[in-house]
Amino acid sequence: MKTEWDVVVIGAGPAGLTAATEAAGLGLDTLVVDEQPAPGGQIYRSVEAVHTRRTKDAALLGPDYGHGLDLVRRFRDANIPYWPETGVWQVTEDGELGITRAGEAGLLKARRIIAAAGAQERPVPIPGWTLPGVMGAGGAQVLFKSAGMIPRGRTVIAGTGPLVLLVAGQLSDAGAEIAAVLDTVTQADYHMAAGHLFSALKASDYVLKGLAMMVKLRRRGIPVHAGVRAVSVTGSDRAAGVAYTDPKGTTHSLAADTVLLHDGVVPSTQLTRQLDCTHGWHHTQRYWYPVTDAWGTTSCETLAVAGDCAGITGAKAAEASGRLAALDTATRLGRLSAVNRERRAMALLAFQRRHTAVRPLLDQLYQPRLSLPAGTPDDTILCRCEEVTAGAIRAAVADGCLGPNQLKAFTRCGMGPCQGRMCGLSVAELIAAERRVPVMQVGYYRIRPPIKPVTLGALAAMAPTAPAPPDPLDT
Amino acid sequence: MAVSHDVIVIGAGLQGCSTAVHLARRGARVVVLDRVFPGRHASGVNAGGVRRLGRHPAEIPLSVASLEIWARLPELVGHDGGFRATGQVKIAESDAEMARLEQRAAMVRDMGFGHEEPIGRDELRRVVPTVAQHCVGGLISRADGFASPYHTTHAFHRKAVTLDVEMALDGPGATGIDRVGEHWQVASGPHRFTAPTLVNTAGAWGAGIAKRFFDEDVPLEIEAPMMMVTAPVPHFLDPVVGLAARKLSFKQMPNGTLVIGGGHRGTPDPDRQTTRLDFNKYGISAETVLAVFPHLAQVPVNRCWAGIEGVTPDDIPVISESAVHPGVFHAFGFCGHGFQLGPVVGRILSELILDGGTNLPIHPFRIDRFAIAPGSPVAPASAT
Repeated sequence: MKTEWDVVVIGAGPAGLTAATEAAGLGLDTLVVDEQPAPGGQIYRSVEAVHTRRTKDAALLGPDYGHGLDLVRRFRDANIPYWPETGVWQVTEDGELGITRAGEAGLLKARRIIAAAGAQERPVPIPGWTLPGVMGAGGAQVLFKSAGMIPRGRTVIAGTGPLVLLVAGQLSDAGAEIAAVLDTVTQADYHMAAGHLFSALKASDYVLKGLAMMVKLRRRGIPVHAGVRAVSVTGSDRAAGVAYTDPKGTTHSLAADTVLLHDGVVPSTQLTRQLDCTHGWHHTQRYWYPVTDAWGTTSCETLAVAGDCAGITGAKAAEASGRLAALDTATRLGRLSAVNRERRAMALLAFQRRHTAVRPLLDQLYQPRLSLPAGTPDDTILCRCEEVTAGAIRAAVADGCLGPNQLKAFTRCGMGPCQGRMCGLSVAELIAAERRVPVMQVGYYRIRPPIKPVTLGALAAMAPTAPAPPDPLDT
Repeated sequence: MAVSHDVIVIGAGLQGCSTAVHLARRGARVVVLDRVFPGRHASGVNAGGVRRLGRHPAEIPLSVASLEIWARLPELVGHDGGFRATGQVKIAESDAEMARLEQRAAMVRDMGFGHEEPIGRDELRRVVPTVAQHCVGGLISRADGFASPYHTTHAFHRKAVTLDVEMALDGPGATGIDRVGEHWQVASGPHRFTAPTLVNTAGAWGAGIAKRFFDEDVPLEIEAPMMMVTAPVPHFLDPVVGLAARKLSFKQMPNGTLVIGGGHRGTPDPDRQTTRLDFNKYGISAETVLAVFPHLAQVPVNRCWAGIEGVTPDDIPVISESAVHPGVFHAFGFCGHGFQLGPVVGRILSELILDGGTNLPIHPFRIDRFAIAPGSPVAPASAT
């Protein structure tokens, strides 16, 4: 296994693919590591397989998805070293990466790391969210892309964001029984968002696509209930229905076999958190993002971030940010003059501006409203790994717990195998609400490696071959 | 200058909180200062061993006295700190190692202590059923065990608060210390605390405090002992396991997770209060575990971390009145084995401060021992 590289790119979604293609094109010795078996990331998941073997599904997923094929082909044509099904379980500020590949652990050394780790669906700790039969709408879309699977039985989709309507339409096309869409966006949100309409017109195609999705659902007779609140999943041993209140305050319930929740996506920050990079808080979308310069460099200079893990800007903007991070990396590693970096960056920055113009509108309109941690009932679980409820967290705060790191010691919250991925956001918000202080003041978990599981056996195989001299016996 | 307190304690780790509890129980007015919260560093993130087994001879009397407090912890602080007296066993992987363990047990017996007991093959398998075939025996201390470091430190902290100890936490810490008349005045940002007595329990930062404010030299190495914890596995192990000749501290917690330590070091950054981990050494650590428990190869490691700890040249702490200044006491540099001693160290400091002496033999821990040239006569104890 070759262990020393100029650049290791983590992730093979749009940002990772363009970063690697650009970096390799500039003569940098580049490696791409990715957890998935094939390039494309979540947005273009399985795009090669779908376009060669499942042409009907390719048509259903549409031209936006098909665009991923161009990216993947350009990456494949460049013959860049690429290790699929490879997990990164730690990074250090001097460029060491701990990886697992085919069950074996190892350490790599990179002069620079570009993390394109993407986004994850915001976990939605509402009553009933841990019941079998409940999953993320994005997760359901991934199952369809990768395996052609559609949800079982009567399906209700609840939440907010462009993905809700998109997934409702796609799964319905694929034969799923979509009983209803529960949309948390209110009239007031539309009024507030209207202020951003002018800037959004620079990217009017996004707005038009949103309208087209609404029209499609209407035509199919799928009811869209707008302005819903207090969504909860009902059922004892698995999901049986959804309860919600309408804008007038009346409570309704719907029978459902499958409930798909979606409260937007948030940056995957495990890597930047594990490196203790400086993070900011996005007030409208309520997520953490690593603070960077225009090239994606974090507060740890060895690491640049690109794509949605740097802040949610979408797949198209991710392509530009991947290339920008690669250009800057080439300059830092002496392969590209600063003047040429700026020259090449101009078109990319313009492209990025065009594709982020719609963000203020989207961020304002599609605020996460399914889960509002301050209002989470005491018996609702926030940390699924250690089964810690909102009530237990409130009790810890009353007992003097100041933030997520102390909460680990108080309750074991966030100490399970997911390393806080499922509870980190809601825990910080709940503590902040209880303490009546800003989330920034409460902070986030210190993330400890390994951020992906490594077995004792895999670690042991990494031990240097010559055994260390035994320690003298304690006297 | 108005006196604000009887004692100012710098450092709100286990040693500082224990000192505050023992002092406040006897009526002293105490303030504890810290830059972060109690248990942020070594006190809260250590491996949690409550061990008399294998102690440096100088530490044995203190460790034995401390275990008596551990066994009655709820009476002192209203919480058991998660202490479980599961025993601690040090395993011999060869006959030569076993012979050395037997010598060690004889030495401890000759000192008048009976807690370290050699055991053979069969008894080892009775207490550690899944141990690998090559292990020939061990040395056991049956009333030792483990506790939850954070819960223990937090229990002392909470008890101190209920005894009206003032906690000045999450602030600038001690930014200046001056002698004002017969008193010590500690500046902490804009705040001033004044008391006749001052205690330095600043852990890995203790030598810095001793040098900067009292010009006392302790050659403290700052180290970062690394630990890891696995995903839960079905219960198979009661006692805490160590090895006679390899670095290992290994225990199964009540929730099934395995806590693995033993002294492999990462790199500390005491100024930033952070650590760097060394995964090649974690590899050795995992290899050691699998040598003794081969059935664990598929168990996933969940989390790795390191503490920040001060280590002295003779591997025992400073527990001492200042050799230079009246009313100043130090307890720091516990070399990675201070957690079990915490309860008794607080008692000792309270006795030194309120009674002028203690019955426990603390002569070996005096602060001026590092200044003595080899071969010169041993200086008198400063505080016994």
